[in-house]
This record gives sequence, structure tokens and C-alpha cells, in this order.
Amino acid sequence: MAVSGLIMLLYLVVHMLANLKIFFGAADFNGYAHWLRTVGEPFLHHEWFLWSARLVLLAAVTAHAVSAYQLSRLDRAARPQRYVHRRRRASYATRTMRWGGVILGLFVVWHVLDLTTLTVNERAAPGRPYENVVATFSTWYGNTVYLAAMLALGLHVRHGFWSAAQTLGAGRARRDRVLKATANVLAAVLTLGFVSVPVGVMTGLVG
Amino acid sequence: MRLTLNIWRQPDAASPGGMHTYELDGVSPEMSFLEMLDTLNEELTRRGEEPVAFDHDCREGICGACGMVINGQAHGPERTTACQLHMRHFSDGETIDVEPWRAAAFPVVKDLVVDRGAFDRVVGAGGYITVPTGSAPDAHATPVPKPAAETAFEHAECIGCGACVAACPNGSAMLFTSAKVNHLAALPQGAPERESRVLRMVEQMDEEGFGGCTLTGECATACPKGIPLFSISSMNREYLRAVRKGGEATD
Repeated sequence: MAVSGLIMLLYLVVHMLANLKIFFGAADFNGYAHWLRTVGEPFLHHEWFLWSARLVLLAAVTAHAVSAYQLSRLDRAARPQRYVHRRRRASYATRTMRWGGVILGLFVVWHVLDLTTLTVNERAAPGRPYENVVATFSTWYGNTVYLAAMLALGLHVRHGFWSAAQTLGAGRARRDRVLKATANVLAAVLTLGFVSVPVGVMTGLVG
Repeated sequence: MRLTLNIWRQPDAASPGGMHTYELDGVSPEMSFLEMLDTLNEELTRRGEEPVAFDHDCREGICGACGMVINGQAHGPERTTACQLHMRHFSDGETIDVEPWRAAAFPVVKDLVVDRGAFDRVVGAGGYITVPTGSAPDAHATPVPKPAAETAFEHAECIGCGACVAACPNGSAMLFTSAKVNHLAALPQGAPERESRVLRMVEQMDEEGFGGCTLTGECATACPKGIPLFSISSMNREYLRAVRKGGEATD
């Protein structure tokens, strides 16, 4: 869980920063998208870098989902009988890890169909990512799905980063506040960074 | 004080149980929670009913024998054991729900009594040090640095009551096991078995059917001895260290 989660988290930071290029105009954003396909040439073949990254991410998502499934099954079996007296336990971010994770998984499928394969993006055309992004965020459902998913992402990262640190043995009494603060900052920066794109389109800043 | 008690009654492990309601009058705020149950049991005995079975021993908060989930919280609303929880923390006329620890690894024996033998087997798997028998060694024979002694003692405070497992939504025993592992890993006396200990104890913990840790922090909140949540991370560190050193769960 921890290692695959951190791989995806690292990717998300890069992904979010790259997304911000949209505020510098179509040429900048589309140029970057084109460059991603040529990274490593001529040593690597065209798009090899991109596909390597995709494979690593696919492996990380799969490992994360499989371990989450196994952990959940183990945990449910370990507490077969619930307490009669129910009490709200742990923070919202902690309690929503499982279903929040499922929501994020579904969002990733939607996101790929929307902006990579362009299957569900009606006014999209290949090779024009800037225009495609604008097309997505010009629809109410595109915005709703995205904004909801980014809030779920923030919550997931908030508990996930700190937990990953504990799993990997990085938790110490004196470091706890730093780890918690890092988790909160990561969650906030990622959510705000990602959300800024649809907000930019909605406010006409990007278009 | 007058109380309404909803208590889990179960005649034995095989029979189904359920919550039973009892009205109890004449409870003084100075009574401990167990003394309140004693009062109820006297009343039940007078009426010719079966008294409520619960575990208890020292009643000083140091043995770890008592333990019940009171209003959904392990050992009740105060950060102490049920025997040291006083009735002044409840109000007159209150309804109190009392349930046994719930975990697959802690099967109910009767009423509020659960079998915590799983903890003994986890300790048996590696929660000890090997020393030659004979006369006790001199106290200063093995110097222990002050910080190591502090760390060891912080974790040695665990009384194995099982509140961490009861509070954990996953029925995980990570806090208990980490307290035992960290206690001995901090001391020079624990060094020879440092790697095999953590591997064996974690292996046994999994075998007992305890759940996995999702860092909800409920265990550390419920712990009457204040074993900190980062103990789990320290045990993970010990585990990874043992794996890196090529250790196996055998000697």
C-alpha cells in the first residue's frame, strides 16, 4: 500500500505542476504534451518514456488496489461482530479511505477515457490537449466529476501520506507533527493545483 | 445514582448472546465501574439470577485483567482501566451499554469475558529474552543507556488488556505487539533475538486472526497505559530492519 501509494503521489505532484502550464496558453501546454512523447529520444523510441511511465503507474494502481482489497478482507474478518453501541471513530479522511479509494479508481478510468483516449469527450480531437481540457471543463458533468474526485483525492492523500510514512517505519514521536503537516500541505496543494484548471476554464481565464 | 444498564449476556461461547437491560439503584459516585457491577451481581444473586461474568484481578489498573466496552469505548470514557473508572464520570439516570471486547481473535467465553490467549501466544512467539538460569545477574552487569531505558519502560507499561484490539475497527493487535517488540528491542538484553523476535511475533499475530493496521489511531486513544501510536511505526521499522538483515522467523 505504502510504496505503490507513494509512487502515485510522486506522479501526482509532477502531473499537477505540469497541469499549471495551461495558464501559459495553448502553445505552452500543447508543446509540453508533445515533448512528453519525445523524452529520451533518440536513445528511447518515440513515446517509449510515456509508455514506461504508464506501465509503472498501472502496476502501482494494481498493487494498491489488490493490497487494499486484501487488507480490507483481513480487517473485516478480524471484527466479525460489531458493537451495539456505535460511536463515530477516527477522522473523516481516515474513515473514507476505502470508498474514497474506490471513487478515485473510477475517476481514473473516466479521466483516461476523457482526456487520453478521448472516448467520452465529445468535442475532442487528438493532438490538441489544451482544447480538449477546455472542452471537458465546459460541460457540467466534466466539472462535477473532476471537482468531486479532487476533493476525494485531498482526503485520501491526507491520511494516505502519513500512513505510508508509518508503514515504512518513518514515524517517530518528534517527527509526527512534521509528517502530519506535510500530509496536509500535500493534500491541500494537490487539490488546489488540480482544481485551479477547471476553475480557470469556468472563469474564462483559460479558454 | 440510578442507572439503566444494557449488558451483553451470553451463557457460553457456543450459545448466541444478546443485550439485556437492568435497572440498578443505589450506585454511589465513588464506586468503580467493577464495584457497580458487583452491586448488580449481588442484586442478581438475591433474585436467583445468573450474575454477570467479567474478568478482573488487581483492581488497581496494573494487571490488565479487566476490560469491557462501555458506551462504545474500550474501558469507558476515561483513559484508564474499567477497574479505575469511577461512577462519578456518569450521570444519574444514565443508560450505559456494556459489551465484551469484539475481535475474531478474542472469542467470548461468557458474558463480558473473552479469551485473550491469542496475546499469550504472540508473546510466546518471541516476547522474551534468553538468559542463563542461576542466580540473578548484578544490576549493573549490563549497562543500559538512559534513553534506551526510557524507551523500554514506555513500552513495558503495556498490561496486555486488549483495549487496543477492542477499539480498533480492524481488530488489529499492532499496538500490543509493537509495545512488546519495542520494549525488548530497546534493551541490550533483547539484542540477541532482535530480528527473529519481531518476525516471529508478527507472524504469530497474523496467524491469530488479528486484522491489519490502517492507522486509524483508535488503539492509542483507548490504551489505558498511553502506549503511543508511533510505536507501530517503530515496530514496522524493526520489521523492515530484520527483513533487510535476511532474518527469518526462525533462529
